[in-house]
Amino acid sequence: MRGRLSPFNVVSLTLGFAFLYIPILILILYSFNASRLVSVWGGFSTQWYFALLQNQPLLDAAWVTVRVAFVTAILATVLGTMAAISLTRYGRFRGRALFTGMVYAPMVMPEVITGLSLLLLFVSIDLDRGFWTVTLAHVTFTMCFVTVVVQARLVAFDRSLEEAAMDLGATPWRTFVSVTLPVIAPAVLAGFLLAFTLSLDDLVIASFTSGPGATTLPMRIYSSVRLGVTPEINAASTILIALVTIGVIVAALVTKRSVLMRQAG
Amino acid sequence: MARDAIRRDEPRRRGLGRRLVIGAPYLWLGAFFALPVLIVFKIALSYPELAQPPYAPTFDLAGGWEAFVAFLGELSFDNFAFIVSDDLYVAALGSSLRIAASSTLILLLVGYPIAYAMAKASPSLRGILVAAVILPFWTSFLIRVYAWIGILRPEGLLNGFLMAIGVIDQPLTILNTEIAVHIGIVYTYLPFMVLPLYATLERMDDTLIEAAQDLGSTPLKAFWTITVPLSWPGIVAGSLLCFIPAVGEFVIPDLLGGSDTLMIGRILWSEFFSNRDWPLASAVAIVMLVVLVVPIVLFREAEARRLEESR
Repeated sequence: MRGRLSPFNVVSLTLGFAFLYIPILILILYSFNASRLVSVWGGFSTQWYFALLQNQPLLDAAWVTVRVAFVTAILATVLGTMAAISLTRYGRFRGRALFTGMVYAPMVMPEVITGLSLLLLFVSIDLDRGFWTVTLAHVTFTMCFVTVVVQARLVAFDRSLEEAAMDLGATPWRTFVSVTLPVIAPAVLAGFLLAFTLSLDDLVIASFTSGPGATTLPMRIYSSVRLGVTPEINAASTILIALVTIGVIVAALVTKRSVLMRQAG
Repeated sequence: MARDAIRRDEPRRRGLGRRLVIGAPYLWLGAFFALPVLIVFKIALSYPELAQPPYAPTFDLAGGWEAFVAFLGELSFDNFAFIVSDDLYVAALGSSLRIAASSTLILLLVGYPIAYAMAKASPSLRGILVAAVILPFWTSFLIRVYAWIGILRPEGLLNGFLMAIGVIDQPLTILNTEIAVHIGIVYTYLPFMVLPLYATLERMDDTLIEAAQDLGSTPLKAFWTITVPLSWPGIVAGSLLCFIPAVGEFVIPDLLGGSDTLMIGRILWSEFFSNRDWPLASAVAIVMLVVLVVPIVLFREAEARRLEESR
């Protein structure tokens, strides 16, 4: 579909994006507020960023969160890509219906149920809760998002290339590494980043599955938000937003470059 | 010789690789998704104990068949009977469904014009618009909900702004009401609505609209009879993608809603963390699952069909 944007289209886009972005911009603006009162502007200041550096519990939580997200993203990317290949390349294998169900259900499952059910599993097998239980839980729900992203790319992929490689005597593994993987790489990377951010962001599932010593950043932020809005949290949020924005832009540039290089070469 | 050996070896190895690729994610999801859900069922049929873990009976695998029979005998449906008899749970479930449904409707009304305009934009602009819709989704969900607390508070920015321009002279109470919960859901779920809608609208064939208009149809009529039915898969996918998680939402009603905003996710949370009644929390989870199983199956079907079509 294409054509000229009517005034109505322009208005919907403007209002829509204003709605999406103004709250975030306000949050960023007020992280530089000198006043402790969040609704009163007391001049420009970076004091909350320095206060953040003194806040050891928050820094510890941030470190735990990044580690969990990194391990989660690696495992979820591997498992999610395998699941995507199973669903697009292996036709009708036994138990396929159950498999598709298990891939799609965790994506829409209310987080409280996912969190509760995993906690009950960990308790019934006597697993001490901490870093690894949060990571296991995060891999489980993020790998499904990876599957969907990679699957979309695999479906659009010309299978005759893989068949040609196999006919020329390449093993399935060799075919995957030298033919399939280069083509689906942008989707795999997108899946990795998606898993990383989802893990970074999760409060509910982490609250259920975490134990002493593995408090994540969203858990810390949540408990201080419950006590009221503080400029320090605004500053922490702004740093997170900045990091994510940089990450997304870098990822976009990398993808664009690889597309351009493929077109040129 | 060596070649033959490889040849003969190949089918077996291919079978092994295939089994690994299917098996690893299958086992993972079985162990960490399906099995836990079964455990929730089991514990929902237990009664609370003050010991650790706080429920009984516990099922001892080593006990064999007799232990299993004894265990079955101890199961109880008391938790479910309690949920049905207590108005709190029925009311919470009802208001969760109501709030999720009305939020989904608002999302559709807000999201459709945005997705439509995105699909009409020039290809170079489209890429930027899609990225701009996704970007807020990448920033923390918790932070996006939190941002609204500062805006909606009685002494917050929205009231300050409305009073400054003279629309109201008393601050409105928005925070800690259902209105705030709706705003929170619409705000955080908007990308989930816009993207599936955009995906179907973008692929639509313009010539159909042109043909309808050449045949004398008004733009509005062409929209209702052609665009809306053709974008139906996107409408279904987007609505389910918003509705299902919204029913079980915890963070938004907890931070933006008042103490009287009952939602089932919040009830489950407090049964678990405050009252430490794990069997009751599990029973609440099962009730929620039963209510959501139809929309979840519909969502799975819609996704599978969408994937088939794009093939």
